[in-house]
Amino acid sequence: MIKFFLMVNKQGQTRLSKYYEHVEINKRTLLETEVIKSCLSRSNEQCSFIEYKDFKLIYRQYAALFIVVGVNDTENEMAIYEFIHNFVEVLDDYFSRVSELDVSFFSAVSQVFHTSWQRTG
Amino acid sequence: MVASSLKLQELIQEIREAKTQAQEREVIQKECAHIRASFRDGDPLHSHRQLAKLLYAHMLGYPAHFGQMECLKLIASPRFTDKRVGYLGAMLLLDERQDAHLLITNSIKNDLSQGIEAVQGLALCTLSTMGSAEMCRDLAPEVEKLLLQPSAYVRKKAVLTAVHMIRKVPELSDIFLPPCAQLLHERHHGILLGTVTLITELCERSPAALKHFRKVVPQLVHTLRTLVMTGCSTEHSVSGVSDPFLQVQILRLLRILGRNHEESSETMNDLLAQVATNTDASRNAGSAVLFETVLTIMDIRSAAGLRVLAVNILGRFLLNSDRNIRYVALTSLLKLVQSDHSAVQRHRPTVVECLREPDASLSRRALELSLALVNSSNVRTMTQELQGFLESCPPDLRADCASGILLAAERFAPTKRWHIDTILRVLTTAGTYVRDDAVANLIQLIGGAQELHAYSVRRLYSALAEDISQQPLVQVAAWCIGEYGDLLLEGTCEETEPLQVEEDVVLALLERVLQSHMSLPATRGYALTALMKLSTRLHGDNNRICQVMSIYGSCQDVELQQRAVEYNALFRKYDHLRAAVLEKMPLVERGGPQVNEAAKESKEVAQLSEAAPVPTETQASKLLDLLDLLDGPSENAQHPPPLDPTPGDTLIHLLDLPCTPLPSAPIPNLKVFEREGLQLTLSFVRPPGTPTLLLITVTATNTSGGDVTHFICQVAVPKSFQLQLQAPSGDTVPAQGGLPMTQLLRILNPNKAPLRLKLRLTYDHFGQSVQEIFEVNNLPVETWQ
Repeated sequence: MIKFFLMVNKQGQTRLSKYYEHVEINKRTLLETEVIKSCLSRSNEQCSFIEYKDFKLIYRQYAALFIVVGVNDTENEMAIYEFIHNFVEVLDDYFSRVSELDVSFFSAVSQVFHTSWQRTG
Repeated sequence: MVASSLKLQELIQEIREAKTQAQEREVIQKECAHIRASFRDGDPLHSHRQLAKLLYAHMLGYPAHFGQMECLKLIASPRFTDKRVGYLGAMLLLDERQDAHLLITNSIKNDLSQGIEAVQGLALCTLSTMGSAEMCRDLAPEVEKLLLQPSAYVRKKAVLTAVHMIRKVPELSDIFLPPCAQLLHERHHGILLGTVTLITELCERSPAALKHFRKVVPQLVHTLRTLVMTGCSTEHSVSGVSDPFLQVQILRLLRILGRNHEESSETMNDLLAQVATNTDASRNAGSAVLFETVLTIMDIRSAAGLRVLAVNILGRFLLNSDRNIRYVALTSLLKLVQSDHSAVQRHRPTVVECLREPDASLSRRALELSLALVNSSNVRTMTQELQGFLESCPPDLRADCASGILLAAERFAPTKRWHIDTILRVLTTAGTYVRDDAVANLIQLIGGAQELHAYSVRRLYSALAEDISQQPLVQVAAWCIGEYGDLLLEGTCEETEPLQVEEDVVLALLERVLQSHMSLPATRGYALTALMKLSTRLHGDNNRICQVMSIYGSCQDVELQQRAVEYNALFRKYDHLRAAVLEKMPLVERGGPQVNEAAKESKEVAQLSEAAPVPTETQASKLLDLLDLLDGPSENAQHPPPLDPTPGDTLIHLLDLPCTPLPSAPIPNLKVFEREGLQLTLSFVRPPGTPTLLLITVTATNTSGGDVTHFICQVAVPKSFQLQLQAPSGDTVPAQGGLPMTQLLRILNPNKAPLRLKLRLTYDHFGQSVQEIFEVNNLPVETWQ
């Protein structure tokens, strides 16, 4: 089960966030900063799956943007990894060469996101 | 109003230009005020724009609850742009916790039955994102109708909404079960994917559904086979693999269906082998499919060959340069190691390689797997590797690594010396991270290996001389030096280089430990007692040691002070007893409350005898009645020794250590009593280490026709003896030669006087209660000489 989906840039600003379980608003920012800190501290040498509290984080870096998905134990990590890439490809198609600016400006990204993420919830 | 309302793009521009958090807050607050005003005044043309801005502010973390009612209004409006933003707002702002969410149920219902695809799509989307249980129940029939709609777009969304509904309200499974079988025949991958997910959810939640869906296994197998075998259509292929997402999902469903079910597993076997061999693992998508296949093979009742195939795939993953793949391989191997141990052993070298990874998650997994793979044949090499790892690993893994090595050493140590060496090395490298009982274990181990005393005390001495900061090491070393100090000074030992150690140096080292600020109070206690023991082991004069004791007699720490005072007393008033009190400790056995005490200092040995008399408390009162029959009361060892034991008692209790009786020259058994088929026999044992101790086992056997019940045996001995009666094995002796009842007596005979016993028996036999009292005077001479 996917717990949350975040798109955060290197400075820690959240461009897109979606939580599939209820998390308080103030706890969200805390969660996001912690998650981005652990992702930023990884070098290129390390693998993309981190264990964080009681779930796993799967992250992928695209230029200055990190896409992080939090899942519980039952998910196939590599399938999620592939899925992140699929999502970015969709955005790429829609915006024809997507960039972070597009993501931050366009709230319809949210819509694209919701329709394509209905896969497993 | 229109003039001051910004477009969304402009708002975002302004926010990005804000240099500080405070500026950003200002901009947003100003805009929110406008938005609130605009909602109040109801500007129908631009309300969607206002809502969009509000949603953006919400995404940044600002409160936006006042937009909820506006969402409802926009949803109800006939224009598509309004609806679109309204539904988006509903998804973001409304959830189960808000009371307003039920209000959109009606709007959704209307939209669902409208027949315009896009609108239906929006409605379904919203429903699947934030539908609460009540909404789901209300709208389930509508959704079910839409599952059969001609438009693939709507059907796909309907299936996904059904998934969400099942998650929220499992009872709705009855509604959604029938259409599934038909939907599986779809060509459209999106619908297929959704259906498979729906079936997965249904099966996970209800065993009846699980049974129902076992029928579709052949259909799924067929679908997966076509996916794998036919060339990838460009529409669905991801880096060379045709629709890996669908493949993974089908594999997951097959796993659930095949679990614990022979028949389904058999149908899947061929297919799984096919998928495993045909999938190209050079890209991530292929690896994902392979990984899911492996997970499925592990879970269902697969053939042995298939399992070996799975392990081999994982082995191949381990050699891959991509760290992600190695990570999943290590995780799955860990799950497999219990069931397919030998297959995983083949990949041991690769696993050990992974220990050297700089990545923390990988090295942790590798550590767990390595520890699980240690067995008696590879224990030396593995421990070598693990110790190398221990030296360089990050601190949070050290504790696990250290305890893992110690555990493995305990289970598989080939020789005692190797075992001691290993523990020593772990203590020097990661001493602060070991568990508390490691010290006790090591002490017990060293104590038991008599031939290695000299060797271990030398090693420990050198280690201690180098570094006194690792507390467990210091504790063990102090104990050893105290116990085996004479061996240390002897100077000869074949196994290590000759080490000339002077007495003064040893004493100085122990004093350093005592005074060091790094030493814990427990460590100081060890050092103090070690110094005391050395007073008997070393040949020089004991002035230095006496001095230390008197200094510590006024120490702040109560524990140390007590010890120092007692040792002082030993020096001054009871010097004649010092040698006996401080002599070498006997080997203690593992397990049991007495043992942990014995691993500490001899002072606490005095309290050991506490443990032994406890089971005999109930006998105390009855024995006291018996005592006035004999000449004078005999001492029982049951009075708990005073808190400050006098050395006289200490001596006797020291010797009273419970240990299993070892057979020495066998003394013949003695039959002391027989009546109506009930016989009482005494058997004697004189343990070799303790000359004054005699163990008697009283055995009661019954060859008569009736059971003997409520059997109680009491024993009294003359004045100079000490007796302990332990609890009997039972109080019933069954008839016809059934299981005899036994009771153990321990008798101490310090004066070596002739032994006499008086026995009193009370029992019920043949419905009568019997009481017998008799003396036993004809005990063999070996029992008391």
